[in-house]
Amino acid sequence: MWEYTDEVKEHFLNPKNVGEIENADAVGEVGSLACGDALKLTLKIDDTETIVDAKFKTFGCASAIASSSALTEMIKGMPLAEAEKVTNEDIANALGGLPKEKMHCSVMGREALEAAIADYRGVILPMAEGEVVCECFGVTDLEVKRAVKESNLTTVEEVTNFTKAGGGCGKCHDRLEELIQEVREESPTPAIPDQRPKRMTNIQKIKLIEDVLEKEVRPNLRKDGGDIELIDVDGDFVTVSLRGACGSCLKSQTTIKEYVEKKLREQVLDSLVVEEAKA
Amino acid sequence: MISEKTDRIVYMDNNATTRVAPEVVEEMLPFFAEYYGNPSSMHTFGGQVGQKITEARQRIAALINASPEEIIFTSCGTESDSTAILSAVQSLSDKRHIVTTRVEHPAVKNLCESLYSISGHKHKVTQIPVDKYGMLDLEKYRDSLTDETAIVSVMWANNETGVIFPIKKMAAMARERGILFHTDAVQAVGKIPIDMTEVPVDFLSISGHKLHAPKGVGVLYVRKGTRFVPFLFGGHQEQGRRGGTENVASIIGMGRACELVAARMDDENTRVKALRDRLEEGLLQAVPRAILNGHKTERLPNTSNVSFEFVEGESILLHLDRFGVCASSGSACTSGSLEPSHVLRAMGVPFTAAHGSIRFSLSVYNTDQDVDYVLEHLPKIISDLRAMSPFWQETVTEKAE
Ligand SMILES: Cc1ncc(COP(=O)(O)O)c(C=O)c1O
Repeated sequence: MWEYTDEVKEHFLNPKNVGEIENADAVGEVGSLACGDALKLTLKIDDTETIVDAKFKTFGCASAIASSSALTEMIKGMPLAEAEKVTNEDIANALGGLPKEKMHCSVMGREALEAAIADYRGVILPMAEGEVVCECFGVTDLEVKRAVKESNLTTVEEVTNFTKAGGGCGKCHDRLEELIQEVREESPTPAIPDQRPKRMTNIQKIKLIEDVLEKEVRPNLRKDGGDIELIDVDGDFVTVSLRGACGSCLKSQTTIKEYVEKKLREQVLDSLVVEEAKA
Repeated sequence: MISEKTDRIVYMDNNATTRVAPEVVEEMLPFFAEYYGNPSSMHTFGGQVGQKITEARQRIAALINASPEEIIFTSCGTESDSTAILSAVQSLSDKRHIVTTRVEHPAVKNLCESLYSISGHKHKVTQIPVDKYGMLDLEKYRDSLTDETAIVSVMWANNETGVIFPIKKMAAMARERGILFHTDAVQAVGKIPIDMTEVPVDFLSISGHKLHAPKGVGVLYVRKGTRFVPFLFGGHQEQGRRGGTENVASIIGMGRACELVAARMDDENTRVKALRDRLEEGLLQAVPRAILNGHKTERLPNTSNVSFEFVEGESILLHLDRFGVCASSGSACTSGSLEPSHVLRAMGVPFTAAHGSIRFSLSVYNTDQDVDYVLEHLPKIISDLRAMSPFWQETVTEKAE
């Protein structure tokens, strides 16, 4: 059973503003039956561009209904210029939070609001023009990138929680991975990109280990008159032999653990264990 | 909308788990604090516990007309499924093909899909499809059996729809080809009569908590003479076929539960079945665009799976919860995955219906009043939710035109 907050339960059991405004000034429709949730938002907007009334109809789970209800409560009486800035986090916060797997319900609320405002202004939303990456749920690359950017998402799983993309057959996971990467590269303060491949064959792993030893480890050891040689890779166990000054050094254990292992874990695989070959 | 709170519990989720029968609890209690000996011990204190386990084994064997040596105690239905399939895969390691269905419980489905990572060998897995009533295509089944096939694993009854498969016939077809046959009978044992002398089945899985015994105890039936490779290696318990000190109290409880369900089998197939039918017919009548999922007659007596189009299952369940009514749904939102039940999808149930599916599964503890209570509240819940659904009005007017 989901852990829903009291706010979610209240909005679900006693939803506010259910229905459809006749002759609405703005209509926003998102989602579909196939996706499992859908929201139709209708707004009444006055001459000062203020939302004077909002109603919704929602097909979906408790958090979808609660998100719709909370959204309409939030935007009633709001100037359009302000409503444009409402984010999915605002909706989730109004509900005291949502289970992470249900964040896409708050995203649906935000999307419906945007669609309604676009409808009022007579413009076409850029999101819909993107290229569909997730065919199961009809999510475009632009929608994915936006969610990644706004909510600082770092994994495919998070992208699925927020946008549903990747939650069906899973064929688009690689593409989602790329989109996350693209956003990180575009963003002004990029997190350090993790370039380690997710899965490696044994040969790829050995090559990568040799590479790191050659380019990073060996030059450093040589400065102290030492050297390192790769003896064997068996699963996660990497056997190396230290030469020269390092080999006789009492600190070789520390060198291996703290330095070589750390480097290899950072750049190859978190689970690697480095051991020194027995003489 | 609805806001009343209730203390009443109407439990109609018996395919998920069942109430431990009071008679079962009573029989178990002495084996926690009083008779706590190890059944393998040499002293009388432990030995007397061993006798109770022997008795439990006999009671369980009697329920399915097997002999006690064919009963192996496990920790759950899932372990029984894994044990059977992995045993076959290992004892016939040169055969790399498995036949199963598209509607198995994850205990079988996910195992078959993960065999490579467990056994290190690639296995071809054929999943037999079902029709819109959830019935298997026996032609396809026959064609799928090959000389390469190590084992067939087909559930006796489906947990979501209650649909019963023709196990006797299917097992005979496998036997003819010299192929091992496993059936996950977790949902069938205790609800319908099963006689192991009549079906050429080699392995059969049972779970305690589906038949009014506690959670965490199961049984694997292994026909005498079947090659067997243990899943848990360890001590000599279960004649070396399953290591680990016995879950004594639960095993004793399961023995008692099997006796009880045998005695109540008639009640289940007459009174409970009539309750289920009245509930189902009542709902189909009271609610427009409600659809039965599964075969009308080839079905467990306790299970009814109904879709309410254009509403979402989790919302229905949470409203039922307000009234203390416990049921389940095959909707995406209840599982945390984003797609509705693999069983309903395999049956080709359209999305408009799959998201709004509700499973009621009754037991001998349900009453006429329980059915009245659900019939009183559910139609209103559906119409309230539909009033909120953006798809409902359009559909209704379309239909009316
Ligand atoms: C058909 C079927 N097989 C296997 C299981 C798993 O049984 P257990 O919970 O004892 O592992 C279940 C229970 O959900 C089931 O319905």
